[in-house]
This record gives sequence, C-alpha cells and structure tokens, in this order.
Amino acid sequence: MNTVIFRTAAPLIVATMLVFSVYICLRGHNEPGGGFIGGLIGAASIAVFGMASGVPAVRRALKVDPLAIAGFGVLLAGLSGLLSLFIEAPFMTSIWLYLDLGETVVPLSTPMFFDIGVYFVVFGTLSAIALALESDREEDL
Amino acid sequence: MGLSLDASIALVALAPFLAAILAPFIHRLAGSYSAWILAIAPAGIFMLLIRLGEPVVGGGTIAAAIDWVPSYGLTLAFFLDGLSLVFALTIAGIGALIVLYAGAYLKGHPHQGRFLGYLLAFMGSMLGLVLADNMLALFMFWEATSITSFLLIGFDHNRQAARRGAIQALVITNIGGMCLLVGVILAQHLSGTWLLSELRGLEGVLKESALYVLVLALFVGAAFTKSAQFPLHFWLPNAMEAPTPVSAFLHSATMVQAGVYLLARMTPVLGGTDVWTGLLVAFGGVTLIWGALGALKETDLKQILAQTTIASLGLLVLLIGLGSEAAIAAMLVYFVAHACYKAGLFMVAGAVDHGAGTRDITALGGLADKMPVSFIGAALAALSMIGLPLTVGYFAKEEMYLALVGGGWAMWLVLAVLVTGNALLAGVALVVMVKPFLGDALPVPKSPHEAPVAMLAGPILLGGMGVVAGLLPDWLGHDVLAPGATAILGHGVEPHLTLALDLASPLIWLSALTWLLGIVVFRQAYAIRTVLRRLSAGLGWNADTVFDAVMFGLIRFAASVTRFLHHGKLEHYLVLVFVVLAVALFWPMLALGGFDWIVPTADLGDWSKRLVLPDLRPYEWGVVLLAVLGLAAVLIAQSRLIAILSLGIQGTALALIFLLFGAPDLAFTQLMVEILSVVILTIVMTNLRLDARDHRPFEDWARDGTLAVVCGAGVSLLLMLVLSGALDTRLSDFFTATSVPIAHGANIVNVILVDYRGFDTLGEISVVMGAGIAILALLRRRKKAEGVGP
Repeated sequence: MNTVIFRTAAPLIVATMLVFSVYICLRGHNEPGGGFIGGLIGAASIAVFGMASGVPAVRRALKVDPLAIAGFGVLLAGLSGLLSLFIEAPFMTSIWLYLDLGETVVPLSTPMFFDIGVYFVVFGTLSAIALALESDREEDL
Repeated sequence: MGLSLDASIALVALAPFLAAILAPFIHRLAGSYSAWILAIAPAGIFMLLIRLGEPVVGGGTIAAAIDWVPSYGLTLAFFLDGLSLVFALTIAGIGALIVLYAGAYLKGHPHQGRFLGYLLAFMGSMLGLVLADNMLALFMFWEATSITSFLLIGFDHNRQAARRGAIQALVITNIGGMCLLVGVILAQHLSGTWLLSELRGLEGVLKESALYVLVLALFVGAAFTKSAQFPLHFWLPNAMEAPTPVSAFLHSATMVQAGVYLLARMTPVLGGTDVWTGLLVAFGGVTLIWGALGALKETDLKQILAQTTIASLGLLVLLIGLGSEAAIAAMLVYFVAHACYKAGLFMVAGAVDHGAGTRDITALGGLADKMPVSFIGAALAALSMIGLPLTVGYFAKEEMYLALVGGGWAMWLVLAVLVTGNALLAGVALVVMVKPFLGDALPVPKSPHEAPVAMLAGPILLGGMGVVAGLLPDWLGHDVLAPGATAILGHGVEPHLTLALDLASPLIWLSALTWLLGIVVFRQAYAIRTVLRRLSAGLGWNADTVFDAVMFGLIRFAASVTRFLHHGKLEHYLVLVFVVLAVALFWPMLALGGFDWIVPTADLGDWSKRLVLPDLRPYEWGVVLLAVLGLAAVLIAQSRLIAILSLGIQGTALALIFLLFGAPDLAFTQLMVEILSVVILTIVMTNLRLDARDHRPFEDWARDGTLAVVCGAGVSLLLMLVLSGALDTRLSDFFTATSVPIAHGANIVNVILVDYRGFDTLGEISVVMGAGIAILALLRRRKKAEGVGP
C-alpha cells in the first residue's frame, strides 16, 4: 500500500478532503451536509494520512490529541446551548446574529456553533480510533 | 436585626460549608493558628442562634424559605423552633470547641487544613439537618452527614482499620438514609406536603393511613441506623478509629443524635401509638443495657465512651417512645447533659492519649498530679454523668424517673431497666474518672504532661456548663425544656425543675439507689469485665463478624454475576444481541397481528397474479443489481477481505438508492460510513491476524446463518408493515413548514439535528465520545497485554 504514488498523492488528497469537510460542515444548515458528515470526511482524511505518512507524523501534524478535539467538541456544543441563558430563554434556544458586511450578510448562530461542536466530536473520536488501530498495526508488523 | 430572616437562617446552614472550602487555604496561610480563625464560624453561628432564638424561647417559631425548584413547588425551607434550637445550639457550641481542640490535637499534621474542612462541612450538614423544614432537604443534609462522617472516620486512610470503620459506618447509615428517602416520599404522598411544619398540623393523616406501619418502620429504621440502636449499633465502636476530635463531635453530641432528632421531630405525626411505644421502648431498653455492659467490657477509654454513647442513645430513644410530658422533658434535659459530659470526656480521653501515650485504663493511673486540669474536666463531666445533685445530669435522671413512677407493671419494668442502666453508666463514669487519674502512678509510654490550652478549653467549659446549668434550674426549665417540649408535643409545657430535695418523694430514693448500685458496679468493675469477656468469647461471633460475612458475600455475589454476564466471549455477546433483536422485531408483529396486514388474505384472490415488477428506470435497476451482486459476493466469498469489500459495495449501492430517492444527507452519511467501516474492518482483521479464510464448524455456520436470515426478514417485514399503513406526516409537515421561518435553515435534516432536537444530538455526541474512549482503552489494554507500546 505504501507506494510512492500513494505517498505523493496522499497529502493532496488529505488537504482537499479536509477543506471539503469544513465546507460540508458549514453549508449544512441550508444544503446537504452538516457537522456529522463533515466530521466523517475529516476523519477519513486523517485515516488516509495515517496510512500514507505513518501515525507519528499525523500526531505531530495534529499537535493535539484527537480525543481532546472530541472533548472540545462536546464542550463547544454544550456551551452553545448555554448562551441562551443570557437572554433568559430555555437551554439551547437558538440565537441568530446577521453580520452585515456590505456585500454579503453572514448569518452567525448558536446552532452553527453546535454543529461545529458535532464536527469536532465525530472528527476527533473517529480519528483517534483510526490512528490507534493503524499504530497498532505498525508496531505489530 | 440587621439581616433579613432568610439570609440569617441560610447563613447558619451555609457558612460552615464556606468555611470548610476555605479551611485548607487558611491553614496554608495561618498554619497552627488556623483553628483559632476557623472557630470563628461556629462561634459566630452560636451567637447568631442565640439572637435568633429569642422569640423561639417564648414559644414561637421562625421560618424562612428560599425558592428551590419553583416549578415543582419545592422550597429550601428552614425553620427554628424549640427543638431545632436546642440541637443547633449544641452543634454550634460544641463545634467551636472541637475546632479549637482539633487544631491542637492534629498540630503539625500535614493534612490539618483538610481535616478542619471536613469537620466544618460536617457541622454545616448537621445544622442544615436540624433546621430543615423541607423533608427532601432534611434527607439531603442527612446523607451529607453520612458522607462527611465517612471522610472523617477514614481520615487516617493509611490504616486498614480506619478504612474499614469508615466503610462500615457509611454502609449502615446509608441503609438508614435510603429508608428515610422512601419514608419521606411516602409521607409526602399521604399528606401532600413536603414541609415538616405543615405536616405537624395534619396529625391524623399518617397515623390513620393504611400505610402507617410501613411509614413508621421506614422512619424508625433511619433513626435506628443513625443512632446506633441494637442490633445495628456495631458501627459506632468501629468508628472510634477516627481521630479523637471526630469521636468527641460526631459520636457523642451530633451525628448519632440525628436519629434521636428525627424521632422527636416525628413524634406529633407518628408517635403515641402502641406500635411506636412498643418499638422504641423495647429497642431503646435493650440498647441501653447492651451498651452499658459493653462499656464495662472495654479497657480502651474511647471504646468505653463509645459504648456508653450507645447506651445513652438507647435511653433517649426509650424516653421518646414513652412520649409523656415528663419523658419528653427528661429526653431534652438528658440530651443537653449528655452532649456536655460526653463531648468533654472524649476530649479528656484525647488529652490523656496525648499526654500519657496510651488510652488503656489498665495501664493508666495517678495522672491527676501531672494533668490536674484534665482531671477537673473529667471529674466535672463524670459527676454529671453519674447524675449527682447540682448537675444537669441530676435533673435528667429525676425527670425520667418522674415519667415512670406510679404507672402499671410495664412502667415498673421500664423503671427497673432505667435504674439498672443508669447505675451501670454511673459505675462506668466512676471508672473513667478514677482509674486514669487517681491511685498509684503507673509507668506510661510518654512522661505525662498537661495538654495545651486549646485542648483543655472544651472539657472545662462543657463540664462547667453541666454544673452551671444544674445550678440554674429556672433557666434550664424555661429556656431549654419548655420550648423544646412544646415543639415536640405540640402543646404548652410548663417547666417545674427545682433545686430543692424532697425527701418524701420516691424520686430521691430511686436516685440514691442508682448511686449505690453505681458504686457497687465500680467496685466490681474488674470482675464484671472478666465475666463479660468470657461470655462474649464463648459466643464466638458478634454483629461485626456478621457484617463482614455479609459484605464478603455481597462482593462474591457481585463478582459471580459479573462473570456470568461479562464472560468475554465476543461470539456469544453477538449471538445474544441478535437473538434479542429478532425477538424484538417479531414479537410485536405477532402479538399485535401485524402479519394480517402484510400477508394477502383470501379475498384478494390469486395474489400471485397481482405481483408486478416495479416501474424503475434502467439506471435504478443498475443500482439494485449492484446491491444484489455485492450481497451475493459477501455470501460466496472465500476470503474475508473480499467479503468485507463486497459488503462495502452493497452499502455503496444503498447510498446510491438514497441519493436517487431524494435523501442526499442520508446518502452522504451512508457513503462515508461505508468507506470508514471497510477501512476499519480491514485494519482490525489484519490486526487480529485472523486467517484469510473463514473456517466455521457447520453448527456455528447454521446458527449464524439462521440468525442473519431471521433478523433480515424481520427488518424487511417491519418496513413493509410501516409502509402499508398511512404515513403520519404531521411531524414532517411541521418541519417543512417551519424550518425556514423559525429555524432559519433550508436543510430540514440538519435543522432537526442541531436545532429542533439539539438536546438529543448533544446526548448522542457524548455517547460517541464515550464509545471512542472505551475503544481506545480496549486497544491500549491489548497492546499492553502483548507488551507492545506504552
């Protein structure tokens, strides 16, 4: 599997997949996509990266432990729900903010942060599992 | 009053917790002076209570409430009446002295700050318990005392005996806590109120209920475990593994009295019936004699005191059971007397240990010269314990005899038990006072020296209280007895304590008899101890060994259940999961007659003629063909790798079907899941170093095949059943109509996930993460087992 072609092409594929995963995550509110599917694509890219460059390289590139990313996701999703307490509304009431940047209007919302949290959870958990499995194999073989 | 009532009462219950949190920091800053600073909290509470208590002494009550869960009508209600005032003052007053004492006792201990924190947290729980009006709050504080006492008993957690004592106390008192919870809920169910103050007005509600005996049993069970009544008394002597300040505080005047408090508090609503009187008097009487004899058996000062505490608790329970005006008055006075002398004696025991290096009375003697102040403290306390005139103990004894004199034969029997118990306790008091301090000086491990001031303040002040209060019968009667008894009995009670000795009354002669017998017991203490030890050795087992056997059995039972359920054979787990799935799929269909919907009935005629090929476009046929091919490849594949890949093909075809029929989100997800599962399955397969081929014996093959067919058929039938009925589209109509206007999103699937049902999703992602952690833990464990990696 570790052919030169794969190792050369892998970084390109990984980068494309990662960007695409973020795009899928962010557009999810109005078009097919969302945090869950985005996270899956991201995790798949990490799995590919691990196969091509070896797990230690991926861990170095990620800087943080993938499980910590997942934990941050749960935290972010939970906190986005807590924001509604400041407007004296029940937990997880969505709040919308439309930023007018002249040409376009950027909608920011608590569900968006929630979805980003979902992305991190799925991305982090699956990457952690994939990397653990791959490193296991490396040490075995 | 400067503070509002709400704030003041809440402060009483919450300030100790605040002090407890600060304790370690204060200790770091102030070192050995921290106890003097921290004692300000209980001392301040004591003063505040005295000020708050002014109207209570006059017979009134103070109530204050903070909203807790308004939607359920729950309030964090506190109230202060005569009964809670007596208990709260005792807790705060002794608490201040104990904090000082603990500062000196544990001087230089590295974890002194933590210890003081636990002690203050316990005090807060105890104050909350006696001030709580809401029964659920009462339960919470009740459990908080169990937990803090667990921490305190097990403070010296490097010793096995301390850990065992702590666990035993926690287990026994928590059984009572569970009883209390159920009892409280039942009481609320029957009466409709959570508030003790309202419950008191509904006198007949519980007594006339069909469930009265159950409610009574639950409350009495709670009280008996906490207040160490026979046969659940055995945890208290083992709790003596705690540092002495803990024994002096928790196991004399406060925590163990929580059960007494509960019984006194419930007297108006549960008391007065034959069952109540019978239960409390019988168990109280047995506990009294058992504890008093137990005290004579021991030679360790703390063990002796622990056993007398059991006896005193029995006495208090007995008096509550009698329930007459004089009995309740005796209970209150005895409570105050006992709190003063027992806490004092425990502190003296600690001082003796500190000064002489041992607590064994057979090894101690003649310490009065070297430790005069300790001796005075011990003597004052012992005099009150014996119940000599001019001490509070005297009034307590007079009152309890007054409650019984002139009754029927049953009363005379109880009286005999009381006189015997009091005589035994008086004998023990003499032993504790005389043996270590008078007589010939014996060689002890340390050269005896007096304890520091902070350790002597408690015994002297409390011993002095016992005498001063005894000299002021009017104050005792008017400010303690009358409001407390009024609170318990519900009608006004007049104090009648007097210093005058009436030689014509039988009471004085009963007291004299008690003293006389006490002296006999003291003279014969050695002989009695020998006999008792021989008896208990002959018995061979006691409640303690039974407890150990039960706990050991419980652990073995849990282990065997775990081994049965978690046998570790993945194959069997999977078979079980799929069998359950098949049952869950088919049983409702059979039970609810679902097959009638699917299987064509006779009136349809020849149904085979009605079968037609669905009208699909060619590329749709192509996708279906792909799925079937994938499936067929899975079945016929010889190599595992090919089977896994074929499964992926089948899944991908499914994703395409979703895409063609307008569910792009589902298709996306399905595709990604397929890819990842093929990758992960492949890695796992190579990881486990399985054979490339699947060699299952025929019976396994048949079993797995049958299960697969049954489950697959079940899912298919269920789907057909769902589709054959009219689809309820109300929910999807709602989502379609409101997604954009109220949730600002056009992708309904995503809007449902992150907005409409965001809370569900939050739960799901937490589960995802939890599962990830579990998988990593399993993988790492395997690596460790193989000796690979960290």
